Amino acid sequence: MNATNLHLFVLVVPLLSALAINLLGRRSRQWIAPMVLGSLAFSVFGSIIIMARVIEHGNLSYTVGNWRPPYGIELVVDPLSALMMVLISVVALLASFSSLKSVEQELPGREHFFFTLYMILIAGLFGLVLTGDAFNLYVLLEITSITTYGLIAMGRGRAALSSFNYIIMGSIGACFYLLGIGYIYILTGTLNMADIARILPTLNAPVATATAIAFALVGLWVKMAFFPLHSWLPNAYSQAPTGAGTMVAPLMTKVTVYLMVRVILSMYTPALVFTHEWIAQGVVWAAAFAIICGSVLALGQKDLRRMLTYIIVAEVGYMVGGIFLANANGLTGSILHIVNDALMTLCLFLVVAAIIYRQGSVSLVSLQGIFRRMPITMAAFTLGAFAMIGVPPTCGFFSKWYLILGGIDGGHWEFVIALVVSSLINAVLFFRIIELGYFGSLQDGDHHGPPSTERHEAPWWMLSPLVLTAVLLIVVGLSTGPLINNVIRLMIPVGF
Amino acid sequence: MEMIVDEIVAKYNYWIYVVLMMIGFYAMIGKRNLMKKLIGMNIFQTSIILFFVSTGVKKGGGIPIVDKYQALAGNVDAASIVNPLPHVLMLTAIVVGVSVTGVALAVLQRIYREYGTLEEDEILEKLQR
Amino acid sequence: MTPIVSFWPMAAILVSLLGALPIILSDRQPNLRESWTILIALVKVTIVASLLPWILEGGSYVFTIAQVIPGVPIELRVDALGMIFALVASCLWLFTSIYSIGYMRALDEHAQTRFFASFAVAISATLGIAFAGNLLTLYLFYEVLSLSTYPLVTHKQNAEARSSGRKYLTYILGTSIGLALPAMLITYSVAGTLDFTTGGILAGKASPELLALLVVLFLFGFAKAGLMPFHGWLPAAMVAPTPVSSFLHGVAVVKAGVFAIFRVIFHILGPETLQSANLGSLITYIAAVTILVASLIALTQDSMKRRLAYSTIGQLAYMVLGAGMLSALGMLGGIMHLAMHAFGKITLFFCAGAIYVASKKKNISQMDGLGRRMPITYLAFFLGSLSIIGMPPLGGFISKWNLLLGAVEGDQMVLIVVLLVSSLLNAAYFFPIVYRGFFVPAIDGEEEGIKEAPLFCLIPLSVTALVSLALFFFPDTLLQLARMALGI
Repeated sequence: MNATNLHLFVLVVPLLSALAINLLGRRSRQWIAPMVLGSLAFSVFGSIIIMARVIEHGNLSYTVGNWRPPYGIELVVDPLSALMMVLISVVALLASFSSLKSVEQELPGREHFFFTLYMILIAGLFGLVLTGDAFNLYVLLEITSITTYGLIAMGRGRAALSSFNYIIMGSIGACFYLLGIGYIYILTGTLNMADIARILPTLNAPVATATAIAFALVGLWVKMAFFPLHSWLPNAYSQAPTGAGTMVAPLMTKVTVYLMVRVILSMYTPALVFTHEWIAQGVVWAAAFAIICGSVLALGQKDLRRMLTYIIVAEVGYMVGGIFLANANGLTGSILHIVNDALMTLCLFLVVAAIIYRQGSVSLVSLQGIFRRMPITMAAFTLGAFAMIGVPPTCGFFSKWYLILGGIDGGHWEFVIALVVSSLINAVLFFRIIELGYFGSLQDGDHHGPPSTERHEAPWWMLSPLVLTAVLLIVVGLSTGPLINNVIRLMIPVGF
Repeated sequence: MEMIVDEIVAKYNYWIYVVLMMIGFYAMIGKRNLMKKLIGMNIFQTSIILFFVSTGVKKGGGIPIVDKYQALAGNVDAASIVNPLPHVLMLTAIVVGVSVTGVALAVLQRIYREYGTLEEDEILEKLQR
Repeated sequence: MTPIVSFWPMAAILVSLLGALPIILSDRQPNLRESWTILIALVKVTIVASLLPWILEGGSYVFTIAQVIPGVPIELRVDALGMIFALVASCLWLFTSIYSIGYMRALDEHAQTRFFASFAVAISATLGIAFAGNLLTLYLFYEVLSLSTYPLVTHKQNAEARSSGRKYLTYILGTSIGLALPAMLITYSVAGTLDFTTGGILAGKASPELLALLVVLFLFGFAKAGLMPFHGWLPAAMVAPTPVSSFLHGVAVVKAGVFAIFRVIFHILGPETLQSANLGSLITYIAAVTILVASLIALTQDSMKRRLAYSTIGQLAYMVLGAGMLSALGMLGGIMHLAMHAFGKITLFFCAGAIYVASKKKNISQMDGLGRRMPITYLAFFLGSLSIIGMPPLGGFISKWNLLLGAVEGDQMVLIVVLLVSSLLNAAYFFPIVYRGFFVPAIDGEEEGIKEAPLFCLIPLSVTALVSLALFFFPDTLLQLARMALGI
């Protein structure tokens, strides 16, 4: 390992540790936690070093097996990939602290299976953000999906059925993407993203190009649960084992959004994707619709986790809409929101994991008076809620700022209204829960005596990542400036 | 009318793939039995694989196994051999498809063990109760 | 004059924010916890007062907290207008802290630590609003204020508190996210900056229609100023303990709303720009409606605090009316009334709370003859109400006189009538309280056992009443600051 292939090792270490976990974990459970945390910590450090290097020196590249691109597969690290690597590794590390505890409680005796799939999933996610080859992207997409199918199916109750549903829908998405790549291959004869970007504009095949773009994008939309292709998500994420949900919910959809950004920016080039204004307009309208529907559907849920999954659907609408606004502010907001939403979702799902660990359920009825039982957890929940609503100085406010600004710039008032309405609905959603947790049930009356329920806070294994994430929400919010200037600004194409 | 028939006959392989894809799609969405949905998914994937493979075909092309030194010297005429790349890509895709099918079958086993049936409506009924 | 870069404005804000921590930690030792509160209040007043001399010379202080969005940092800038609000807020917080200690102890309220800690965070946010250097920073602290006052409003934790809290958030968060945020972003999109500059940042860049839209969005977006129809949260928030109500109405929340509107009118939209688009009348008519309707409703309220609440809604609209006149004297009157009303109204609320502590009475109809048992309290109430009505020799006279002169200067007959009529209404709903307290015999059998309020409550209300009196004789500092704020 040296300076030029650190990013490969960031991918490989989790993969190898998955193998090690499976073999050694069978013998004794004690091997699992150090291996998971160790390999993820290595990934975190590696990603940060790579990020620093990319900001200083520019893009890195690595050719696998020494087959020169465009024939060989290449791994490319540009500022956006580096940012995603840091994000994935940090989120995975924080989530794994909590997952170790959850899995201990929910899947006793099968932790090594769980964490094998977990680590392969993370390795797959790293691969997704690193790859510079279109077909390799399909393979890695399926790797991540397959492990997710497995992780979800390990849950109780309807989990297996939800997982099967996800398999069917996810495969449709992946096949559509594959079809899109097929068209690209027929048109250009190459699968390397940079090469495609070079060749595609010179061809004169508007119909075929449009079909290719459409298939690939729709495929990715199914994978990221863009309304109305979202039906698999609420069941899959709420039935999954808690430990799986904590890591999958923040990451999977956001990485798929990143893939869409990558495909549009580096492979298809924005000029081609946005040639027909009416298509972009249509997508923004669809995104506005997705935002509203996701938020409204969340209102009807009686369970905190399901509510959060519908909010994820709405957030995906934010990001897709932001990109198709086709201006600098929209794109900035979208990329910023990938980072911010991952952190916010992580914070909220960590809260869910802590509550389930202690009381086994997160139905709204069971959350009454929870502020008293788990004050630190709920304090972090409040911060996460503020971020989702968009209260400064949490990070959620700043990505909304750019998205709304992009909407105003582009004259897309439906998007602006959808964003504002969604913030208001989020306020209602979260304050409903804060009220329930703060006041307890209405029969309690005046609380002038000592508290009726005692403190039963989550274990510190689950509490520390939670508190850290909550603090990160504000830190990342205040560091939006440097983040945009040093990383995101470099990704905006000229002319936006 | 002539034009349409001509079109279909000339590109008959693509039309077959479209038909296969639609059959698979229908099975995935329309059928109530979970196993049939899975088979539908397989058919869908197969049609795409066939589509890809057919892009490598060349009229009169032979098997792409050539002498190494001849290739390095540049003496191989690309038009005389079938394009091997789509085949290779599709091997990977087949592997992916097989893995997904394997996982799906395992999940189906689990479902069967839990509900005793693989019919979607019966399972939903059991869940309601 | 070049602004001085100084950490002191930030220090003023941080003092109580960080001070919340020792308050939480001294949960078990009430005396220690209370002394922390008073200590923090004293430090805060000192820091704010120390900033005054440089401001009076025409200077200002700057401090950048974080560069988040290019061109719009999170930044503090202390200037004359901010200084007025900061002085009023920090002085009155000192008195409120002393008063609330007496009140909470006399009633043996629960969860006092949460109470004092939330108070500390709320006053930090208030100073943040006062010292904000651009609209984004103001919005940030405005939201923090809304959220930190929620535990205060819902302190009692019963069903009534719950529904009031919900109303509070619906009105305040709903308008700030739904109306003020888009308005702020549209402004940024058009002007490219959000810094507070004399004369506004939109000169020549926005059409009259856009300006009208922004005026409406901002006026109603900052619903803490209680302009109708977004006033409903104020009476509902009366369910909170009286120190909270006096804080909400005298010091922080409502004045923050009006202050934000002042900033928008004076330093974002700009009086000249608004004048040329003929939007002054839009603002004044919205305000005038609120003044009249609120005063009329106040007449019908029997609950003392609710009457004071509707009176506040009316008085806040006076300030917006002054700003909307867009004439020098009118705007001056509006700014002065921010300070005068603060001292006057907080006296009234302190008295209401003292009455509750001493006699457990909440309704005016029950308060006959109470003045004879609680002379100091009722005298202070009398002085406070005179100030609000606008009669000499109390401070409120100066602000209301300027408002009247401003209306005359601008030749606006309607406004003159509105001002006179509403002053009469103010008298109509205040004087009976004092009259009945002193001159009407008490309800039988209730005379015994009601004494004057405890000292911790009595001293603050007397001091604020006396300050209202003093401000009539010594208004110069305030007048100077207000003139500097307007650039006249």
